Amino acid sequence: MVGDKGWKKWLVISFFLLPNFIGFLVFIGIPILTSLGLSFTKWDLLSTPEFIGFDNYKGIIEDTEFWSALKNTLLFIIAYLPTVLIVALGIAMLLNKNMKGRAFFRAAYFIPVVSSWVAVSLIWKWLFNPAYGLVNYFLSWFGFVGPDWLQDPQWAMIAIVLTSVWKDTGFVMVLFLAGLQNISETYYEAAEIDGASPIKKFLHITIPLLTPTTFFILIISLINSFQVFDQVMIMTEGGPAGSTTVLVQKIYNHAFRYFEMGYASAVSWVLFLIIFIVTLIQNRLQKRWVDYEQ
Amino acid sequence: MKKSGIWAIIFVLLIGIIAGCSSEQSTGTSKDGTVTLKYFAFSPGEDHEDELKAMIAAFEKKNPKIKVDYELASFDDYFTKLQTQIAGNNAPDVFELNYENFVSYASKGALLELDPLIEKDTNFNPDSINKKAYEAFQYDGKQYGMVESFSNVVLFYNKDLFDKAGVEYPNDSWTWKEELAAAEKLTDKKNGVWGTYSPVQFWEFYKTIAQNGGSILNEDKTEVTVNSPENVETLTWMMDKMNKYHVTPTEKEMSGQANEDLFKAGKIAMLRTGIWMFDGFKDVPFKWDIALEPGNTQKAHHFFANGLAVSKKTKNAEAAWKWAQFMSSSEEAAKIRIDSAWELPAVSNDALVKGYLEKSPPESRDVVFKALDTLVVPPVIEEWSKMTDMFGKELDKVKLGQATPEEALKNVEKELNTLIKK
Repeated sequence: MVGDKGWKKWLVISFFLLPNFIGFLVFIGIPILTSLGLSFTKWDLLSTPEFIGFDNYKGIIEDTEFWSALKNTLLFIIAYLPTVLIVALGIAMLLNKNMKGRAFFRAAYFIPVVSSWVAVSLIWKWLFNPAYGLVNYFLSWFGFVGPDWLQDPQWAMIAIVLTSVWKDTGFVMVLFLAGLQNISETYYEAAEIDGASPIKKFLHITIPLLTPTTFFILIISLINSFQVFDQVMIMTEGGPAGSTTVLVQKIYNHAFRYFEMGYASAVSWVLFLIIFIVTLIQNRLQKRWVDYEQ
Repeated sequence: MKKSGIWAIIFVLLIGIIAGCSSEQSTGTSKDGTVTLKYFAFSPGEDHEDELKAMIAAFEKKNPKIKVDYELASFDDYFTKLQTQIAGNNAPDVFELNYENFVSYASKGALLELDPLIEKDTNFNPDSINKKAYEAFQYDGKQYGMVESFSNVVLFYNKDLFDKAGVEYPNDSWTWKEELAAAEKLTDKKNGVWGTYSPVQFWEFYKTIAQNGGSILNEDKTEVTVNSPENVETLTWMMDKMNKYHVTPTEKEMSGQANEDLFKAGKIAMLRTGIWMFDGFKDVPFKWDIALEPGNTQKAHHFFANGLAVSKKTKNAEAAWKWAQFMSSSEEAAKIRIDSAWELPAVSNDALVKGYLEKSPPESRDVVFKALDTLVVPPVIEEWSKMTDMFGKELDKVKLGQATPEEALKNVEKELNTLIKK
């Protein structure tokens, strides 16, 4: 048994945790469990939920639109993730140097991160307008005729990727900056004495010592990009011809347009499983490439 | 002692949270017998909230024992909110439904059957409402809603552009052929003027195929009839106006501008759009009028209706009925609608209708009522939103040149078969 003192301590701690915990329970915990239960039912919000076993999950396997939404989500990730990592790392390396106006640039690159997705998406929707948008106007300076962007199934996803990279670069950059500043100068000095070129220093010092940061960014970004939604909803609503319909958009459609709460819950749980498995695999693989400097 | 003090605080906190969760019941009967109704609506939008307030004031004056508490939502959010309220056992007593969604609410048993209340009410006579509009809110032969307003789509035309090109104004005998001939003369590439415009989307599609004798489903909605030679011909015609005859701008050529704005700017000579645009086109710097839509083998016009339905779970059925009836058939509500150029009330009161006809523009307001003789109602099925999304996607493919009309309609046929058999 816990002594009287331990018991008191436990009580005080839980008392201070209580407000947060209740908030979590009411707005996250209970809804998550409810959605798991609902995923085995058919429910349109009007009638009472009807238990249908695994029918929703079986339906997902046969649903061609689910597979195309998964494909679109993966395409987004494949285009978005490397781009945002490389761009952010590049900017972070530049801003890590001693230069004038460093603070200003750091703040400037971070502004998109604190802007709302709705505002950013609306602005980029205008920028991508084929006739009046600045993007195609800019391309015309170099003699290119820009594509129809959001109206063209081949370009719509690229436009969404570009918007997302622009918005998220600042966040990833800040993480990389912190990582870069953790690398001790002594390694570079030692390498310089040995006559290492800048490229060699980058490949053999910067990259390996940044791997913990990179790992963290990968995990966070991957989870976030599986859940890409706001920009898609505002810029294309999943069109044209379904070319940008991603998984969360599909969940939204089933829940709030078709009122199939059961099916939407099932797709949500499948998405959760995918993210969970991918993250698990990443965790396993980290031993092979992440260097924790001891 | 301290311990019990902490427990007391925790207890109070929990009570507070529980009390906060269970929301107040604002509807019901108060001590003095006044009934408060909760009413939920989308149709006032941002422009007509004052008119709704005026209607409520008129109603409360007539029925001093009933108070109406209204809540508004935009059309995009409306059904999510409504369905959440119903699921949370917190449904409004009376709420608006458009015809397309009325069917699924009625079929799922969320609405109160109104026939017993109609029989009891000696003040109400169904003849005071346009018959077709009244019957639109029946399900399985029973009345589940009261139509409050309707609107339709007609052919708007810019008289100045017709005069300039020396083309005769559209008349009731026009078919697609005459429309095309006129459109070719009216199209003026140099000044960016287009002859005619109608969008390529689901709503336009089900009406245009009807103008060529086609349909999406058979009469009792058990068979898919969408993949027919007439419909392929119709869809081809819709695309040809853009890609072959170049009398209609493509989406790229419109580059994000709304067709109504192009009409207002004098860039479109003939436009198929709804009578809800009368107010918006009031102050344009050119003369315009409306005509019946040209058809191919027959005429067909859209018909959109909004109605009031009573929740099955209401505790104040009688008061709810009175409010629905007032909004639907009272002269007071109808007059406010007409005066503010909101949607058209579905009343069959000649004096009121006359007042509407005498207003201009457009001069030929009688077209609005003539169009009702050839109305097509939307082919509503339970999986309505899924069907419209699916159509949108397939029509997108045709517009993008990814599919021919034949291929698209074959796909639609296949998908529709699974939707109606669910």
